[in-house]
Amino acid sequence: MSRFTAAERVAIARHEGRPGTVDYIGALFADFFEQRGDRQCREDASILGGIALFHGRPVTVIGTRKGKNLEENLKYNFGMPGPEGYRKALRLMKQAEKFGRPVITLIDTPGAYPGLEAEARGQGEAIARNLMEMSRLETPVIAVIIGEGNSGGALALGVANEVLMLENAVYSILSPEGFASILWKDAAKAPDACELMKLTANDLLSFGVIDRIVPEPEGGAHTNPQTVFASLDKALNETLTELLKTGSLTSLAGLRYKKFRAMGDYTPNGN
Amino acid sequence: MISIFNQQRKHMLALKALREGQVPSPRETEVDCPHCGEILARGELAKNLYVCPGCGYHFPIGAYLRLSLILDSGSFRELDGDMAAADPLCFPGYPEKVTEVQTHTGLNEAVVTATGRIDARKVAVAVLDSRFLMGSMSAVVGEKVTRLIEFAAKNRLPLIIFTASGGARMQEGILSLMQMAKTSAALARFDQKGGLYIAVLTDPTTGGVTASFASLGDITLAEPGALIGFAGPRVIEQTIGQKLPEGFQRAEYLEEHGFVDRIVPRREIRAVLSQLLTLHGKGGAAQ
Repeated sequence: MSRFTAAERVAIARHEGRPGTVDYIGALFADFFEQRGDRQCREDASILGGIALFHGRPVTVIGTRKGKNLEENLKYNFGMPGPEGYRKALRLMKQAEKFGRPVITLIDTPGAYPGLEAEARGQGEAIARNLMEMSRLETPVIAVIIGEGNSGGALALGVANEVLMLENAVYSILSPEGFASILWKDAAKAPDACELMKLTANDLLSFGVIDRIVPEPEGGAHTNPQTVFASLDKALNETLTELLKTGSLTSLAGLRYKKFRAMGDYTPNGN
Repeated sequence: MISIFNQQRKHMLALKALREGQVPSPRETEVDCPHCGEILARGELAKNLYVCPGCGYHFPIGAYLRLSLILDSGSFRELDGDMAAADPLCFPGYPEKVTEVQTHTGLNEAVVTATGRIDARKVAVAVLDSRFLMGSMSAVVGEKVTRLIEFAAKNRLPLIIFTASGGARMQEGILSLMQMAKTSAALARFDQKGGLYIAVLTDPTTGGVTASFASLGDITLAEPGALIGFAGPRVIEQTIGQKLPEGFQRAEYLEEHGFVDRIVPRREIRAVLSQLLTLHGKGGAAQ
């Protein structure tokens, strides 16, 4: 495992050459059929989702999508979904459950979009609904934090049986800039926040928030995408095989509930 | 014997509520309404349930005061009252901050959970208190709310949650975030069992609480003028680079946009809750 600081990992996680959802879908999945729209209001391109084959098995794959250049970023809103994106994701997940397909989500977002229309159309409600409905899906759900996973906007795709995380990805309550500006009224203190926030894969594994770290090449995923594709493919395949076995014996929604039910420290244990 | 205990319980909630009836500063005999600027006598304000008689502004109130306004006298039983924050991230200054706020507010954490009765119907109720670190979502808030939901499911009680929160508890980092999933998952199970959940959104309800249990009620009520949203107005203004329209993210705006069933003034909330319990037959008991 490399010895990057938390702030360095944040920079790697945001590197413009870092593979994103589009790259992983292209490399790990076959026959991808994109499904668009939330059936209520509009299509939100910051979330990409559809049906595809993973090792020959039909799955539903959904990921937040960042652009590789300004034009793409404007189209994908810099990877910040609105409520329509989350509602589309939920529509796809419910459909996956209906057809017995496992769900794989790929998370790489600065957070849910803090905009006027997003609020008017219920950003909070959309995220809440996803958390509630994802928790009770009776199909295997695997989430992978591939880049930055910030705030409820990331968690809205993250209520999974198994949460994998790339070695240099980060997962946190908020962006370090937002964190610093809330706590110290100074976004420039973000590098200090990075250390305090405990947002690296190792930290999160120790909290039990994630289940497995997927190794990246020295220097980060962008230096050699092919090796990351191979290691994520292996990790996903092993995880899915295991979950399918477990799912034939017991309720996957029940196991997911137990997993999230156990999260959080407090003292004493109440009465 | 039992009646003596009941007497004591009655006084305990009344005393706690009285202590809270001292917003915003106990020494002042007069309070400025932050909305219309009118100078109000504290005693008059208390009699008016901390609603400005001039403009109708609803002052934020403490959890015990809120409970004393909606529960039948003597019916209050607090749950998990001794649960307090841990320091999972070893965040500098956090334990001291918590101790300071505990001393200042008389609360152990940002939520009080309890059982009680409304017009003799037993309910499970949680009240978030914005005086405690802005009602932020700590692991304790998530755990107490989840335990209450599970208690309501097990004992077939209707569930009422009054929300008031600035969002995540920054000092608990990712574990604060996970409380959103935990509480929402518990509500999914409660929902599946047929339990009635009434969410009452009070000023302010934002961030992670909005994006979890606040938005998942079968019935959603809100206090007049309450700020309700996911992102805070300041963040949105910075993001879109323009001023937000008057009334944006207020309860009335949410109602207009289809996210609130009804806006209920503080004076009417108990009667409306009672009506809803009646309309749900056995009181919305989970099966």
